[in-house]
Amino acid sequence: MSFENKKITNIDFLGKARIALFVTFTLLIVSASSFFTKGLNLGIDFTGGTLVEVGFSEAVDLSEVRGALVGAEFQGATAQSFGTAEEVLIRLPISSSEVSAEVGDRVLQSLPDAEMRRVEFVGPQVGQELTEDGFLALLYAFAGILIYVMIRFTFKFAVGAIAAVIHDVIITVGIFSVTGMSFDLTVLAAVLAVIGYSLNDTIVVYDRVRENFRRYREKDAKSVVNLSLNQTLSRTLVTSGTTLFVVTALFFLGGELIHGFATALIIGILVGTYSSIYVASLSLIALRVSGLDLMSVSNENGQIDNRP
Amino acid sequence: MNQYSIWRYLFILAICSLGFLYALPNYYGHDHALQINGLRGNVIDTKLQTDISSKLDDAGVAYNSVKIEGNSLLLRFIDSENRRIARDVIGGMFEAGDYVVAFSLASAMPDWLKSIGGKPLSMGLDLRGGVHFLMQVDTNTVKTQTEERFISELKTALRKDKVRYRSFTKSPEGGLELELTNAEMKSRAQGIVKAQFPELTTVENENGNAKIRLDVSDETLLETQKAALQQNLQTLRNRVNEFGVSEPVIQQQGIDRIVVQLPGVEDTAEAKKILGATATLEFRMVDLSGDVAAAVNGSIPIKSKLYYERDGTPVLLDKRVMLTGEYIIDASSGLEAQSGTPAVFITLNGKGARIFSRATGERIGQPMAVVYLERRNGRQIEEVINIATIQGQLSKRFQISGLDTTEEARTLALLLRAGALAAPIEIVEERTVGPSLGQDNIERGFNSMIIGMFFVLVFMAIYYKVFGLIANIAVITNVVMIVSLLSILQATLTLPGIAGIVLTVGMAVDANVLIFQRIREEIKNGNSPQMSISAGYDKAFSTIADANITTLIAAIVLFSFGTGPIKGFAVTLSLGIVTSMFTAIFGTRALVNLLYGKKKLHKLSV
Repeated sequence: MSFENKKITNIDFLGKARIALFVTFTLLIVSASSFFTKGLNLGIDFTGGTLVEVGFSEAVDLSEVRGALVGAEFQGATAQSFGTAEEVLIRLPISSSEVSAEVGDRVLQSLPDAEMRRVEFVGPQVGQELTEDGFLALLYAFAGILIYVMIRFTFKFAVGAIAAVIHDVIITVGIFSVTGMSFDLTVLAAVLAVIGYSLNDTIVVYDRVRENFRRYREKDAKSVVNLSLNQTLSRTLVTSGTTLFVVTALFFLGGELIHGFATALIIGILVGTYSSIYVASLSLIALRVSGLDLMSVSNENGQIDNRP
Repeated sequence: MNQYSIWRYLFILAICSLGFLYALPNYYGHDHALQINGLRGNVIDTKLQTDISSKLDDAGVAYNSVKIEGNSLLLRFIDSENRRIARDVIGGMFEAGDYVVAFSLASAMPDWLKSIGGKPLSMGLDLRGGVHFLMQVDTNTVKTQTEERFISELKTALRKDKVRYRSFTKSPEGGLELELTNAEMKSRAQGIVKAQFPELTTVENENGNAKIRLDVSDETLLETQKAALQQNLQTLRNRVNEFGVSEPVIQQQGIDRIVVQLPGVEDTAEAKKILGATATLEFRMVDLSGDVAAAVNGSIPIKSKLYYERDGTPVLLDKRVMLTGEYIIDASSGLEAQSGTPAVFITLNGKGARIFSRATGERIGQPMAVVYLERRNGRQIEEVINIATIQGQLSKRFQISGLDTTEEARTLALLLRAGALAAPIEIVEERTVGPSLGQDNIERGFNSMIIGMFFVLVFMAIYYKVFGLIANIAVITNVVMIVSLLSILQATLTLPGIAGIVLTVGMAVDANVLIFQRIREEIKNGNSPQMSISAGYDKAFSTIADANITTLIAAIVLFSFGTGPIKGFAVTLSLGIVTSMFTAIFGTRALVNLLYGKKKLHKLSV
């Protein structure tokens, strides 16, 4: 295979803005309405509660496990198989009637044949703190990025970048809400990683836009943005592809514990790739960005000679 | 134009070699080991070493070595089964509480690697198995205790100066309420508070009545809370030492929380019982003059307190405590010589011995009670376990009996040795991972990394050919560098941490993709191959820097807000970003320069 004489693509990305806008807003509305009506299936990290993962030597009948739990008088316990038929995940809500950290021990006592794989207990206060911290983390990440992009580019670029990132977060979280997949701390970590990843993509596109604004002063914003998208398209696809390879490997081989994490990353990478092409660039057009916005920034070419 | 100075090549080579060198300890893996530490002044010496070796030989246990390392004896075994047998064999050699025998993971790296400071990765509990507790210190109790202490101290001071008061109690609205008999007494009391109790602040002082409202100052409360937390940390450390855990973590978190991590511990119920236990002892004289029957019905003599023995018999004891558990420096359990019932043998410190010998010397022939105190499920339990007539003056060493089981005697001895908790603690978060899941997690993480990386390497080689191969060398070096940095920093590797490395593998090629796409573009624009290489690297640089710094911002935010495993993810992601900048830009450039730098090129394999 040789790619040397392969032409740079010339897709009219912005020509399809109407379709993109329709897709974007549909996804955003569905995500947001699901989030506000159905909410998230929050893990015990946020709600507080007890989670016990047990392993049996052979496939186990869930109804037997449930029977044993009912026999031991656990309020609101749920049991489901976890990954394989030999493994069972038991969740218990916070109960006010007993000392909470001991619930896990009692569950294990009521299932004498089971091998303890994992016990997690999160007290109500810790759960609330983790929720607040998680929310704050998102805000701080947004703020940090906004400031950095403002310094390196301009305010309009920063707004566009943040719009793309918020878009990705809403849709990733939205898909977790619609499907009812469990949203725990690792998923939140993945959402933050998605922010980093999606932004990475956006920055690469913006860098090209800036360069092209300086190079082709006579061109209008739309064609500069479109050209930049085409020039960076193969890079965007290659990087998304390689990252998807590894995340897919995590999804299939990483085990149940990071299943949610890998799922969030896969969604995030797909949405992030899309948003860096459409949301980020359409925001620039909507904000009427032009070459004039970049004039005050010192000429980058002067500095490049010193670099390796 | 595409040439580095020899120094630059050497520098890059040196960094990479160091990376490989310090990643190397992980290649050797771990031995199944036992670590033996002496407690209570018992030392690790060569005699112990030979004793243990011969005992293991006799028992037919297969071991690799028995060596003294630092202050402990390290035993390496060929497998975990032999180690388990060995622990039972060795455990039978000592008195409980003399030595601690703990499972540990000892690196199997050669000595030369150890001598240059090589360390293997520090695995998180989700990978090696173990218990993580977050404990909340009950600061309300600390406050109550402090207020009660001030009430009793101020009462003493008032009595000394003959200031008469009607009542002095904790007010229901918070703070302390002192009611004096008249205005003169009030002003004298104020004088005493001002002169002798700077820790107390006067909140309310209305004219016309004889009441003063006092508050313990915030600084004093904070100091007391800090001291209580410090004592709790120390007590927990002592208790964990008794437990036999290698590399435990006991750390303060925030102002009122403590993190305890016990690698390898599976029995969480036992761990919770010991860590959270508040059992201690008090010694009081029996009040023989009081009417026990009347006391049961509610009329308790003013200087006495009603207690019950374990069999339910009521008994009146003196309100004043003769001795508390805090003077106990050593305790061991055993059986009483005559009766054969479980007993605890107690040693007091100098001050305790003085107090106790004076008190018991004055009261020979009178009955003394031993009270067992424990806070269980938020309730204070006080039981009289033993009443005995003082036969002679008791001093530094003595024994107490009356416990139901040897197990109870052993636990009480442990708790008395380790010291009491200054304030009750409650577990607010627990994360326990069993050893089988830990092992699975390591395998799964490792497998997904290998498979994911394999696809990336194949793709890069096909898509970018020779340049792709160069990028692949950089990707592999990058993983080695991350492992090496994690090992040097001893940052904890968790399952999300492995996921972070995996993600870095995918993202690390991004820098090379950016560079190679640029080179392709430059060639298409008609530039010479050498020019294109140079321009490709130059033009991609600021893009790469911007893109990575923004990801780094997200990673740092994640680090500062995350807990445990999430922090592990943030650490590997940040390290990966930094190292990938080095390997993907400078590392590949060095290789490209070496390969193409001096040649006349007509075509590039990119």
